[in-house]
Amino acid sequence: MDLRVSDLTVARGGLPVLSGLSFVLEPGGALILRGPNGIGKTTLLRTIAGLQPPVAGRIEGAEDRVAYAAHADGLKPTLSVSENLTFWARVFGAGDIGSALDAFELGALAHRAAGSLSAGQKRRLGLARLLVTGRSVWVLDEPTVSLDTHAVGLFAEAVRAHLAWGGLALIATHIDLGLSEAGVLELAPFKTVLAPVSDDFDEAFL
Amino acid sequence: MIALLLRDLRLAVRAGGGFGLGLAFFLIVTVLVPFGVGPETALLSSIAPGVLWLGALLACLLSLDRIFALDWEDGTLDLLATAPLPLEAVVSVKALAHWLTTGLPLVLVAPLLGVLLNLAPQGYLWLLVSLALGTPALSVLGTFGAALTVGLKRGGLLLSLLVLPLYVPSLIFGAEVARRGALGMELTTPLLLLAGISAGVIALLPFASAAVLRVNLR
Repeated sequence: MDLRVSDLTVARGGLPVLSGLSFVLEPGGALILRGPNGIGKTTLLRTIAGLQPPVAGRIEGAEDRVAYAAHADGLKPTLSVSENLTFWARVFGAGDIGSALDAFELGALAHRAAGSLSAGQKRRLGLARLLVTGRSVWVLDEPTVSLDTHAVGLFAEAVRAHLAWGGLALIATHIDLGLSEAGVLELAPFKTVLAPVSDDFDEAFL
Repeated sequence: MIALLLRDLRLAVRAGGGFGLGLAFFLIVTVLVPFGVGPETALLSSIAPGVLWLGALLACLLSLDRIFALDWEDGTLDLLATAPLPLEAVVSVKALAHWLTTGLPLVLVAPLLGVLLNLAPQGYLWLLVSLALGTPALSVLGTFGAALTVGLKRGGLLLSLLVLPLYVPSLIFGAEVARRGALGMELTTPLLLLAGISAGVIALLPFASAAVLRVNLR
């Protein structure tokens, strides 16, 4: 099933940041979102993930299919790596965590407490969570932060395997992931130009 | 849902989980009251039901901000909101986990602490019954307050101010059941009202908590 976004306007803190955004992503397709800081990448991804409602426009094919990963990985420091992963696997109703641990080379760390991992290892665990969700639309916000080049390679492999399986990926990133097949969407042209505020309410007091 | 419950219980008993915080506070309050009001046994036994209920209520209040704050900080709440679990189920499970780690231990130790306050012998059963019926409402109301203040830095004070008025009916009827029980009086009316408040709160508030959580996650 396609992910269709048509004429979408998203807002952050009540102000529209991106508007008139449309794209279609087919199964097996990936889209890289690019744009300067503050353009609204995170806001767009949170809207598509269903965490906030769009101001205008439609998002089709995202509901109950999204696996979202943001800056925070949702890890509990006092639980071990495998306990963290097993929890998410059970929440999403998927069973096997072994292949997810292998995909991000976490097997040797499986019994360590997540709190004792390095930043890059935590991130790998956060990304391994995507594999146990069994969801087809990956919505990823800066997934490669604090990863080394080898781990970025592992991540690109995981995304490729996901696309080959028929999944979709929407990735906001500043670095080159080496995913040649992915389309790139430049967000700068969709930036909302704010009209000067002229509020009748204020004028009533002038 | 069971996975979430088990995870919350496991987190509560691991290092820094906060299990026992409410229990320790309850113990301290009830141990210190006899020192504060003096050793008169008649006076102590007449205030015992009220002091025990108040201690349990404040102990419950102490751990409320942990219900969502940690999950909010590490991003778990965002991920749970996109998970197949409905948010109403998430807040219900959170409230249940809070009750199991805070309310239930308070209910179980209250009779032991009743000894320190010279509670009348016939009052123990009703103290236990009133706390067992009343504390679930405290956890569910507290979860609602925690959902309202999630994301606020140091929202503990606001949380207490929001939740305390909602606790008053449970406190009034709960302490009344325990008091009448200790005096051997008829107690059906406050008992039914206490149970009714708990039942209504458990049935309705998870929907409100889930709604405010959705707004707060935006």
